[in-house]
Amino acid sequence: MHSILKITKLQKKFLLHNQNGAVLDVLRGISLEVGEREIVALCGPSGIGKSSLLKALYGTYRVNGGTIEYWLDDQWLDLTRATAREILNLRKMMIGYVSQFLRVIPRVPTLDIVAEPAIELGESEEAARQRAADLLDKLRIPEELFSLSPLTFSGGEQQRVNIARALSAPRKLTLFDEPTASLDPVNRRTVLEMIAHLRESGNAIVGIFHDARDREILGAREIDLSIQDELSHA
Amino acid sequence: MTAPLLSVGNLTKRFGATTACSGISFDLWPGEVLGIVGESGSGKTTLLQCVAGLQSADEGSVAYHLDDGHRIELSTLSEPALRRMQRTEWAFIHQHPHLGLRMNVSAGANIGERLMANQWQHYGNIRSEAEKWLQAVEIDSSRIDDLPSTYSGGMQQRLQIARNLVSKPKLVFMDEPTGGLDVSVQARLLDLIRNLVRKFGLSVVIVTHDLAVARLLSSRLIVMRNGEIIEEGLTDQVLEDPQSAYSQLLVSSILQV
Amino acid sequence: MSTEPASVPDPGYNFAYLNEQTKKMIRRALLKAIAIPGYQVPFASREMPMPYGWGTGGVQVTASILTPDDVLKVIDQGADDTTNAVSIRKFFRRTAGIATTSDTETATVIQTRHRIPEEPLSESQILVFQVPIPEPLRFLEPRETETRKMHAYEDYGLMHVKLYEDISQNGHIATTYAYPVRVEGRYVMDPSPTPKFDNPKMDNCEALQLFGAGREKRIYALPPYTRVVSLDFEDHPFEIQKWTEKCSLCGADDSFLDEVITDDKGGRMFVCSDTDFCSKRQIGRQEAAE
Repeated sequence: MHSILKITKLQKKFLLHNQNGAVLDVLRGISLEVGEREIVALCGPSGIGKSSLLKALYGTYRVNGGTIEYWLDDQWLDLTRATAREILNLRKMMIGYVSQFLRVIPRVPTLDIVAEPAIELGESEEAARQRAADLLDKLRIPEELFSLSPLTFSGGEQQRVNIARALSAPRKLTLFDEPTASLDPVNRRTVLEMIAHLRESGNAIVGIFHDARDREILGAREIDLSIQDELSHA
Repeated sequence: MTAPLLSVGNLTKRFGATTACSGISFDLWPGEVLGIVGESGSGKTTLLQCVAGLQSADEGSVAYHLDDGHRIELSTLSEPALRRMQRTEWAFIHQHPHLGLRMNVSAGANIGERLMANQWQHYGNIRSEAEKWLQAVEIDSSRIDDLPSTYSGGMQQRLQIARNLVSKPKLVFMDEPTGGLDVSVQARLLDLIRNLVRKFGLSVVIVTHDLAVARLLSSRLIVMRNGEIIEEGLTDQVLEDPQSAYSQLLVSSILQV
Repeated sequence: MSTEPASVPDPGYNFAYLNEQTKKMIRRALLKAIAIPGYQVPFASREMPMPYGWGTGGVQVTASILTPDDVLKVIDQGADDTTNAVSIRKFFRRTAGIATTSDTETATVIQTRHRIPEEPLSESQILVFQVPIPEPLRFLEPRETETRKMHAYEDYGLMHVKLYEDISQNGHIATTYAYPVRVEGRYVMDPSPTPKFDNPKMDNCEALQLFGAGREKRIYALPPYTRVVSLDFEDHPFEIQKWTEKCSLCGADDSFLDEVITDDKGGRMFVCSDTDFCSKRQIGRQEAAE
């Protein structure tokens, strides 16, 4: 199995200028490799840096040390040294990110929001909207909601719209930040099935799944960040 | 494409003893939406006007790359050549629609002006193109013969966009395009701008003090203060992991609904 | 038709009222205007012994080009006998002592307010227009700093915006006078408030055409045989006015007609606006009848 992501001695500190220069030392030299078609689950108590690591992998957080290398176009690209354009291209070609919260323009219909990533990748509007409708349908979003903005939806519905959006144009690696957090058992199972299917169709996943059963169903490799100091010395 | 569309190098503009912007450098790549944020008086609008050729900079360079690979240095262009570029390759969307529209002629004539300046000579064609563009900005084409003054603020702003995009520009400058609008109207305009940017592959430099607008439209951000660039990066980088004290303050001041 | 011979001018005035320095200044502006057809040349317009709007620009141009041998004709809306035309003729008879006429053919200088005579002009004649507003772009762009640049850069999209508005509001180009023209493919020019009926007469005209705007302090010109094209759209080509009626006095069906109300019961008739043209035709008909 070939690695598609190689994290080496990654460090992230937050310097809070407006809070008397407080420093949060969140990631302390973690190293990790992720292979093709692998599901990696980040574990550990809240505040340990799981979300921070995901955001660092997506390039949202700028790190203070170490490297994050992606296998793109038959060579390693270090995200921590990449230009803004290279990061944007890397995201477009390779990384999907499903945040915990949906952030969209108000009043834009759900179907358009879900179809957008595929259209951006050059798919026809018609095909993208068809797939968006299928995905929403699978995730039990009633069709009469398609034309409404998801900002009026419940938390669980928003969560599913967010997931559908990521799956409308799946990338080689998808980062999930608690995708099942606010879902009922039926929808939870559907989402897990869809994630499993994502892997089967050749993609890797790094995610935060709170429920141990979820991790088990997905057959995820667990990385416990509460022992990251040990991980970093390994 | 291997070259940026627009390269700004060390641009400085002074008004007497006041330095409005100083030593500003950035590149804009094709298809990119770059946001310039900062509070009023930070020099962002002056910067935009210098880059767009509406004001002349005191120092520094603004280079624009044409399709054929030629690189144009703004300060060396003659005024007619600059004007031609401003009404063909470029567009400028003002915060106040009345600055960008002719309020005393109809919506159709407003849209048609750039076409007529670019040698369109067939009334019927000009009119049907204007109708097409009214629809593109979600204005009922039956309003084509009405004066812009009979339009609402949001419609005027959309008309200004249509008037500018009709010549199929590659680079669009926007100065607080949603500035004076009600929030509900703002949302619709933001969505429209996003769709137009994608549909026509526009490159955009947008100045705004509204970080929410910047987040929804731009892929990259520049934070300005006192005429200087304080911080830059991907939009999500700047907004979620601001590095400088000022950016952190700015981001933490966003109102939550 | 009336012609009055040359006489002795009032000795209290310099020839044709203006002093020689002023005439030189205006002639320099005229030469520049002739050299750049359609371009508005600024000049130091003088106070004249008549109010603005009564032809002060035209009078200054006429005063600067008159010689003692000239024969002057003055028309106002085509007529030789209106107050304005009579006064200006009288003014030059008194200050220059020159001959005056109403006959288009014998005149060497014709000062006009808003018409071009129906009779074709010749190389030995000069037509002087009185112009109220020389700037064709002003209707849409009031800033002089901006309109000057638009002329300099041939940035004339705005001119068609005006015509576009006309069609969108009226279904056709409703501008009937001061209809904008393009001169020699370069400058857009306001032909003064002449009816568009006269625009084709400006094109390739044998006579020299001079335009004077006194209040606005601008002079422009069309040298003989200049190409003058009325602006239009491909699908709305330029057209001149047409009448279903003929002139009630001379029967002409190819001249510019004025509508005259004859009573308060809806009675009306159409007559030639060019009185000299009309009266010559009437004489011709009488002679033919006899």
